[in-house]
Amino acid sequence: MDKMKLVEQTAMQNDRPEFGPGDTVRVHLRIVEGGRERIQNFEGVVIARRGRGPGETFTVRRVSYGVGVERVFPLHSPRIEKIEVLRRGRVRRAKLYYLRGLRGRAARIDERR
Amino acid sequence: MAKGILGRKLGMTQVYDQSGLVVPVTVVDVEPNVVVQVKTAARDGYEAIQVGTGEVKAHKLNRPLAGHFKQAGVTPRAVLREMRFAGAGELHVGDQIGVELFREGELVDVIGISKGKGFAGGVKRHHFNRGPMAHGSKYHRGPGSMSARMSGGGGHVRKGRRLPGHLGADRVTVRNLALVRVDREHNLLLIKGAVPGPRGALVTVRKHEA
Repeated sequence: MDKMKLVEQTAMQNDRPEFGPGDTVRVHLRIVEGGRERIQNFEGVVIARRGRGPGETFTVRRVSYGVGVERVFPLHSPRIEKIEVLRRGRVRRAKLYYLRGLRGRAARIDERR
Repeated sequence: MAKGILGRKLGMTQVYDQSGLVVPVTVVDVEPNVVVQVKTAARDGYEAIQVGTGEVKAHKLNRPLAGHFKQAGVTPRAVLREMRFAGAGELHVGDQIGVELFREGELVDVIGISKGKGFAGGVKRHHFNRGPMAHGSKYHRGPGSMSARMSGGGGHVRKGRRLPGHLGADRVTVRNLALVRVDREHNLLLIKGAVPGPRGALVTVRKHEA
């Protein structure tokens, strides 16, 4: 099965920083728009990571103009230029789906140090 | 030129294409194949090559097989398969066939033995609809009625009625799969989509015939 790993390595980016649920990240996304390429940012709290290998994904949640927006990104997508970790959060579970039901002060996450 | 090659299915994974889209791929490990025998129309009545792949220790062979390899002058191979196609006579015993046979982006057909499902019911085997599992229903996944007294068979079950039985472990050909990558360094083929059989199964990858 080692050859399998070899193939998967080629599909993975090794410049991805370490981050997990509760962390606030800024995802720099390469967008092709009418033949032109530009970078779009998406900033929010990581509420889940799932999978292993080249198919691993993470979910970022942000509240924009009072509306909750969640985006799922493939961690190793070449369309992701860069992932910045802005803040480390202290959380006690792997999936923060409970944040969906909370807003304002209740939805805060303590900073980890 | 050979038309196909023997390999082992290693498993499935995902890779990204140039535009960043995920492509599902099956990884096939292709150890170099070697021509062990050439069959010609003049001698055998048809044109084909017999190729071998994989390693096997010489003392594991029985005498007929050992003699066969000795005559061909090649080291013993674990698997032998015949491939029949026009122009097979142009190849020679001892010729090596590798992944170089294929280009990236080319279409291929893949032949393998599908996973065995054992004795399967009509729902799994023929995609029958099942009945309700509750609310007083006593008809769950059964085959149901097979015939009627007057019409539909006239009191007999007609031949060819789809019933439960053995499913899988058949020779299956999947056609028109694109080659995503040809890795010459590691002798791997990355084929878009699924390929018959479990991991580790022997598969034949063949140039697509229109």
